[in-house]
Amino acid sequence: MSRVFIALQDNENARFIVEAISEDNPGAEVKHSPAMIRVEADDRLTIRRETVEEKLGRDWDTQELQVDMISIGGNVDEDDDSFTLYWNT
Amino acid sequence: MNAKTSKRLNMKERYRIMTRDLGWEPSYQRYEDIFPQESFEGIKIVDWDQWEDPFRLTMDNYWKFQAEKERKLYAIFDAVSQNNGQMKISDPRYLNAVKLFITAVTPLEYNAYKGYARVGRQFGGVGARIACQMQSIDELRHTQTQIHAMSHYNKYFGGMHDFPHMFDRVWYLSVPKSFFEDASTAGPFEFLTAISFSFEYVLTNLLFLPFMSGAAYNGDMNTVTFGFSAQSDEARHMTLGLEIIKFILEQHEDNVPIVQQWLDKWLWRGYRLLSIVGMMMDYMLPNKVMSWAEAWTLYYEEAGGALFKELERYGIRPPKYADQTVIGKDHVSHQAWFIFYQYGHATAFNTWIPTAKEMDWLSEKYPDTFDRLYRPRFELLAEKAAKGERFYNNTLPQLCQVCQIPLAITEPDDDTLLSHRDTVHDGERYHFCSDGCRDIFHHEPEKYVQAWLPVHQILQGNCGGADMAKVIGDYYRIEMGEDNLDFEGSAEQRRWAAWKQAV
Repeated sequence: MSRVFIALQDNENARFIVEAISEDNPGAEVKHSPAMIRVEADDRLTIRRETVEEKLGRDWDTQELQVDMISIGGNVDEDDDSFTLYWNT
Repeated sequence: MNAKTSKRLNMKERYRIMTRDLGWEPSYQRYEDIFPQESFEGIKIVDWDQWEDPFRLTMDNYWKFQAEKERKLYAIFDAVSQNNGQMKISDPRYLNAVKLFITAVTPLEYNAYKGYARVGRQFGGVGARIACQMQSIDELRHTQTQIHAMSHYNKYFGGMHDFPHMFDRVWYLSVPKSFFEDASTAGPFEFLTAISFSFEYVLTNLLFLPFMSGAAYNGDMNTVTFGFSAQSDEARHMTLGLEIIKFILEQHEDNVPIVQQWLDKWLWRGYRLLSIVGMMMDYMLPNKVMSWAEAWTLYYEEAGGALFKELERYGIRPPKYADQTVIGKDHVSHQAWFIFYQYGHATAFNTWIPTAKEMDWLSEKYPDTFDRLYRPRFELLAEKAAKGERFYNNTLPQLCQVCQIPLAITEPDDDTLLSHRDTVHDGERYHFCSDGCRDIFHHEPEKYVQAWLPVHQILQGNCGGADMAKVIGDYYRIEMGEDNLDFEGSAEQRRWAAWKQAV
């Protein structure tokens, strides 16, 4: 087992993205530090477009994540509907 | 998938058409003549089509998202300058970390821009070429935004006025400069392993995350904003770093030992380079976020541990001497600050003894080392400074032939003994700080015998003369009493007090 993580800027978009992540990934752990929010999980973490759109109340392109993202740990798999981080271990 | 997204091409299809489809098979020139650097390092690429870019970013979307990042960033810069942002920082000592950043890191961004433009040209695979092109443009953006961010502080504080000139000449800036030039003068695959993987994927979090969070915590809105804006590009660069390593390893088994040697080399070089960041975090941030040792545990041991476990399947083991970095995490920041403190007359920033409260924080964060080894040293230096005998070292240090750091770092198994290795090559004796740096030399001695070592150059008379005041003032362009020396009694301290009184 390994930890994957994503770090986001602590801003208006990220608050809702983190809410969506927590809803879709029950084991995810959210850590706050100055100006930054880090979300960690065992082996896999998925951000689903539909959930983020529901939280934001507007359309959201998964590639928009690039504007708020600070760092990631893990392999990336991205398509129109989701953004996933994972380790193969 | 809902109706909205199905109206247009999906992400994978768009990426195929706007990236892969831009390549072609050469018909009247030989492949080796078009990509002459692709094979000389010994790396074997069987099929470039196996290259996966998980972000599937196409040029049109790239411009769209980058433009949005820039708009947000420059709105903040305007707000900071219109609201006297320079007065909002926690403590004027903090700005010294920014001075170190613009002289040591910003020029690396510029070198990265040049490096990716160069190596991108050298790959036969169109996916790799486009990823390098985007990264090259990103790095130029980082250079420009950092200069814009800090130009505001440059109006009020010293030490930032001549950073490209200093980068090419000042003794401690030869550490980052030689690091990057080592990568830039390597072949294209080693460059990507060094910068995209070892630096961006494994180590860049240690620079940007704790430090930028620290900037936010110290009221420096410009730095945290450009830092996070740059870091949003880094997340893409990190993914490129991981993909390139997996791609090279999957292409041919003969690539494994070559990549392993590069990983050993670049983790060690990066670790030595980041001593400066450790010192910034532990000593230069008045409001502290986390210690260097904590950051190393989180971002190297934990995140890097997961990564190297992932790479085990390819026959890759964790980098050689990784265990020494774990021992070193309790020492490097203290030893680095002591080097800068004693040569504080030759730095483009101020140095100081930590306050009593800061020393207590260091004791708490470094229970095994600070009170035993470093507190007594700083207390003695403080005592001398109080008597008007502030210690400046007027002898020139022995430098490591590879990392160019003064030989002032201790042995991994004896923290009271300085680490020193040497070797004879072609009748000349060369000196190193560690087994890691000596190994790197032994692998390519012809490269490292050419190193431009600041101390050797001063002694040979190539840096403005035999008088240190000339070297510092004329050759480095550090203005004596204005940019350098102890923070206590500095021009910076006087100005800050005057501004605060005026408010």
